[in-house]
Amino acid sequence: MLEQVDLTQVNWARAQFALTAMYHWIFVPLTLGLSFLLAFFHTIYFKTGNEEWKRLTKFWMTLFAINFAIGVATGIILEFQFGTNWSNYSWMVGDIFGAPLAAEGIFAFFLEATFFAVMFFGWNRVSKRFHLFSTWMVAFGSNLSALWILVANGWMQFPTGMQFNPDSARFEMHNFWEVLFSPVAISKFTHATSSSFQMACLFVVGVSSWYLLKGRHGLMAKRSIIVASVFGILSSGFVAFTGDEAAYTVASKQPMKLAAMEGLYDGEKGASIIAMGIVNNTKEVGDNQDPFIFDVKIPGLLSLLAKRDIDSFVPGINDLVYGNKEHNVIGADERMANGKMALANLKAYKNAKELGDSASAERILVEFNKYRDDMGYGYLNKPSDIVPPVPTTFYSFHIMVILGTLFPVIFLLFLFFAKKGTLQSQRWLLNLGLACLPLGYIASEAGWVVAEVGRQPWAIQGLMPVSVANTNLTTGTVQTSFFMFFALFTLLLIAEIKIMMTQIKNGPEEN
Amino acid sequence: MLREISQFYIDGFRSMRVGRKLWIIIFIKLFIMFGVLKIYFFPNYLNTNFPTDETRAEHVLDKITVYPQ
Repeated sequence: MLEQVDLTQVNWARAQFALTAMYHWIFVPLTLGLSFLLAFFHTIYFKTGNEEWKRLTKFWMTLFAINFAIGVATGIILEFQFGTNWSNYSWMVGDIFGAPLAAEGIFAFFLEATFFAVMFFGWNRVSKRFHLFSTWMVAFGSNLSALWILVANGWMQFPTGMQFNPDSARFEMHNFWEVLFSPVAISKFTHATSSSFQMACLFVVGVSSWYLLKGRHGLMAKRSIIVASVFGILSSGFVAFTGDEAAYTVASKQPMKLAAMEGLYDGEKGASIIAMGIVNNTKEVGDNQDPFIFDVKIPGLLSLLAKRDIDSFVPGINDLVYGNKEHNVIGADERMANGKMALANLKAYKNAKELGDSASAERILVEFNKYRDDMGYGYLNKPSDIVPPVPTTFYSFHIMVILGTLFPVIFLLFLFFAKKGTLQSQRWLLNLGLACLPLGYIASEAGWVVAEVGRQPWAIQGLMPVSVANTNLTTGTVQTSFFMFFALFTLLLIAEIKIMMTQIKNGPEEN
Repeated sequence: MLREISQFYIDGFRSMRVGRKLWIIIFIKLFIMFGVLKIYFFPNYLNTNFPTDETRAEHVLDKITVYPQ
């Protein structure tokens, strides 16, 4: 019974996975974004032949290498955890994840790894054209790696292109292209990569601002700021466009996540977006309390974003939990009933197969298939179990959006003063640029908190809650490995920051 | 050709400065991950406890068909 599942252990396993994923994501966005900035810097050197641009490219390449070296393989730890802490899940999705992860290994990793050495060691050793080509290939290869991982993640948020096999207990892929081009996978990839470009631009602007504040390497810093700001503005436009598309996709595929992102309990026509607000932590599903202690609303905007129609109805948490017949919203209780039918038939099918009763098994399978899309709801104890932690989802979403709106303004200001030729004297802006460096990381991590906390309780949307995905280990076992990871990651992070800071203090190589 | 490629890598590694420190970190990290964590703390639960795919499938089916009544 689900009541017998040790939720303390499940939560420790979730915490361990979150710790590892968030640590891994410290390195990934900088790799994705900085690789393209390196390609831009390198291209300018190739076109101009100016040695200053070569010095600049090599400097940022060194910081890229430090970030890559500390971060490389930290994602593999997630795979360890799949096999140990999430064995049911790991078994069931093996067929789906196998294809994208194999594609990553074959296409992206080898593309990246082959050209990596040429990019670093190729100065004066290979032709300038091939060297530049290699730098671009590293950029494309890194981003192609991200595509496959995000396709796998997108599938968990919107399982498609598959069928559940009740004999092997596996979700089997039936249409690779449907998995690859799922709207959730596409919006995840485009939003994650464009926001990573934005973050890398903030990194370059932040470090360059520090040089200008210190009065060191002025020319290199200004040139870096100009390229990063232009790329940052373009990326920000793309972030806004893909973010809008992601919200639209979430509205249709994961409406509960959207409701939690906006703290919307009672659905409405012409639904407002909360520009800013303080969540009422005592608010419960179905009660009459106000969801916010304080809020500033923009009327109609949520309906426009979610349905492309300012007067449309957006379901709230209460509608999704209890149903809303007027607007054809099916409640969780109805889906729970379907889910229990699916699980009862799955169990009956298994028993019939064990008894060798093929005729009954066939008949039961037909019944199972009627309800299988709501299978995951069968594991829930009560309808309100489908509600994710609202304050965490709401605040993470709003932090991400507010920071994501601030960043293009910062890039524009840097470009404006760089064009005026007074950038070095704008110390307030340089300090702001430096402060935005950690803010870029915070925005990026907050985005993942929205994506992952907002889809709770599901490991696979609608099909498998995290409590069923989990292996039945002891809490102590998971706690031990959690704290070991915590120590290891802290040490590695200290090492990265120390090496990175030393390299930044040393600055680019002198001619 | 092979000699040229290997010489390219050898020269590249020799000319490294920050890179040497990074390689040391990478090797220590990989040793901790694969030599300690994977072996002693993260065995593959199903592969360790069930010898065949059939028994693994049976175990998972058992687990996922236990649900609230």
